Amino acid sequence: MDICRVQDLRLIDYFKAWECQKRIVSSVINGGHHTLLLCEHPVVVTLGRVTPKENFLTPPEELESREIQIIAIDRGGDVTLHAPGQIVSYPIFNLLKIGKDLRAFLDHLEQVAIDLLQDFDIVATRIFGQRGVWVGKEKIASIGIGVRKWVSFHGMAINVNTDLKYFSLIKPCGLDVQMTSLRKILGKDIDLDLVKTLIIKRYAKNFNLHLIPGDPF
Amino acid sequence: MLPELGEGIIKAVVAVWHVGPGEYVQASDDVVEVVTDKATFNVPAGQAGRIKEILVKEGGEAKIGEALALIEFST
Repeated sequence: MDICRVQDLRLIDYFKAWECQKRIVSSVINGGHHTLLLCEHPVVVTLGRVTPKENFLTPPEELESREIQIIAIDRGGDVTLHAPGQIVSYPIFNLLKIGKDLRAFLDHLEQVAIDLLQDFDIVATRIFGQRGVWVGKEKIASIGIGVRKWVSFHGMAINVNTDLKYFSLIKPCGLDVQMTSLRKILGKDIDLDLVKTLIIKRYAKNFNLHLIPGDPF
Repeated sequence: MLPELGEGIIKAVVAVWHVGPGEYVQASDDVVEVVTDKATFNVPAGQAGRIKEILVKEGGEAKIGEALALIEFST
């Protein structure tokens, strides 16, 4: 069983978290332990490597005038949005130890979300040909990763108490899709710390990891 | 060369070249980023030398095992 450090960055600027990820990726490449980062971001739109312009439903200039950052990043996937109330997990894992298989890794990430939702008696599924996790026809979790030297970064965002109106600004993942959240499904705010605790447990189970606290950020 | 990326993955799209023709690289240097499924993957040069030619340009598709660039050995 591999050791994995876990670190909660709380509400953190996207760039700061990205810099943190880069530092940890270098550490893991050089033999450091797997690391799982958890956080929330202020409202920010991120673009994957394959985001066409038409997937903005709001002109980028208007987003910027509303002080919503737009950031092009080095992950797979299309446009997505982060906002407070959404829990983002960044598994910075050494796939040389876990398995050199990108598809299997993405499947495991989806399973983390599916199992987490099961903890709330929510039946979530995959949709063939579409990455992410769905409740009925609505999407609740998005994934997109980068890999360097077989070390993963970026990861998965799951809507817990997210204000879903923000998603009307974009075409999430390039799809004509409605997003949902735990709050929308359960009709009440959910304790984010509880969700984080459950996510961590699900990562440990799905990736067979022994968890230890990470260094303070 | 595009390495094996996992079971069932047969191709990827070249997203970004980090180097260009004429540049010298080490074997471990990441030279190109490819995209497949919802993942980007940085491909190392695999051998030290000088980039002679980019064979698959940005936006182009490559199959697993396909050469992405020609590298002249360093002497």
